[in-house]
Amino acid sequence: MIRVVLPYHLRNLARVDEEVTLDVPEPVTITATLDALEARFPMLRGTIRDHGTLKRRPFIRYFACKEDLSLEPADTVLPDAVVAGTEPFLVVGALAGG
Amino acid sequence: MSSVRVLVGTKKGAFILTADGQRRNWQITGPHFAGWEIYHLKGSALDPNRLFASQSSGWFGQIIQRSDDGGKTWNPPGTKPEDLMGPDGMPNGKSNEFRYEGTVGTHKWYDGTQHPWEFKRIWHLEPSLTDPDLVYAGAEDAALFHSRDGGKSWQEFAGLRGTKGALWQPGAGGMAVHTIILDPQNPRRIYVAISAAGAFRTDDGGLTWKPINRGLKSQYELPDPDAEVGHCVHRIALHPSRPDVLYMQKHWDIMRSDNAGDQWSEVSGNLPTDFGFPIDVHAHEPETIYVVPITSDSLHYPPDGKLRVYRSKSGGNDWEPLTKGLPQQDCYVNVLRDAMAVDTLDTCGVYFGTTGGQVYCSPDGGDSWQTIASHLPPVLSVEVQTLP
Repeated sequence: MIRVVLPYHLRNLARVDEEVTLDVPEPVTITATLDALEARFPMLRGTIRDHGTLKRRPFIRYFACKEDLSLEPADTVLPDAVVAGTEPFLVVGALAGG
Repeated sequence: MSSVRVLVGTKKGAFILTADGQRRNWQITGPHFAGWEIYHLKGSALDPNRLFASQSSGWFGQIIQRSDDGGKTWNPPGTKPEDLMGPDGMPNGKSNEFRYEGTVGTHKWYDGTQHPWEFKRIWHLEPSLTDPDLVYAGAEDAALFHSRDGGKSWQEFAGLRGTKGALWQPGAGGMAVHTIILDPQNPRRIYVAISAAGAFRTDDGGLTWKPINRGLKSQYELPDPDAEVGHCVHRIALHPSRPDVLYMQKHWDIMRSDNAGDQWSEVSGNLPTDFGFPIDVHAHEPETIYVVPITSDSLHYPPDGKLRVYRSKSGGNDWEPLTKGLPQQDCYVNVLRDAMAVDTLDTCGVYFGTTGGQVYCSPDGGDSWQTIASHLPPVLSVEVQTLP
């Protein structure tokens, strides 16, 4: 099971706790994980990735195992610890500054 | 006994204010969608418990919410179990997908170049007067969308952008369809207003559009003050009994048209300043209109720090200040274009919200005002439902 941590506002939108667990088919890529997330919580479509292009929204970041994966290709396989379920994949609202 | 429900959109959530027909004692619920910008909420005239809300965020984009119980519970349309999966196995989740039709095209950009249309948010939601599942949405970048399934999915009326859209240019506040008016006597006639493009009308239900800006003069905003498009229209209003009579708050100037927008004339008259954002019409007196004069395009607060609504009982030109109950010193708030509304009780109530987070109600057509919410986030929109 893949663990995904959502930011506060998306948790409220999806009506879930901070962390959700998902069945994600191999290979466990960024795209496969987000596809599984949106399939389970369709109200999240368009809030993390744009409709149509599926590009990451500008102020969303992806973190895992203390690494920023936001700029990695969408077909990047997630770290072993995330695939094993010992570490979560984090969807983060970027710092606003100010 | 009748009651009223006031729907308030703010920078940090939505609030619902309710009172009985006396409009003296108010209850406030919210924030709904706390922390999100709520540009607009509006209820269906056919089913008052059906409310639509535009929820947006710089991080997470656009969400459409719908309530079918008067605002007690909300859901993005199309998230019931039977709606979840499309034929391709992917979740539907299309209630926040606003896709420009066909070749996206370009509009004028700040540097004079052409720039592709990019969806940013929904400014205004207008439920149909004839079908509870039909709702219109005004978008930034400027476009008009509609949903025929209660907000589950949206399609654009691309003919609007085909009306010299390449010449439209965003102002400092963006380029949005912020006003949508449905003709209550002719379901195929719709008016929209766009900053900074002007006013437009369709007479065929949205397929084709024409600019209706003749008579507007924008000598400080446009190189050609009489241009066909490009005017910064802030708001339009009409009375349901006379849908061909339109009132407009332009960037500067209060305007009136007696022929569905084909020709406009200025009715600013004796106003202390004719810059402002909202304009509305009394529920029972089609010639009684309300504006909130703002100092200037450079100073977005009331003249002399005095918050004054101005009322004309003659359809413009002759205006009287309404001040009883409103702050008359040290007041430097603004009232945004979608933040004024009227109820339809026998003594028409007038409502408006400020960027300082106050919501005011006049239960007597503007003669006196009471503060019905004091410390909300900056108010973006106010709508009122009159309930049996």
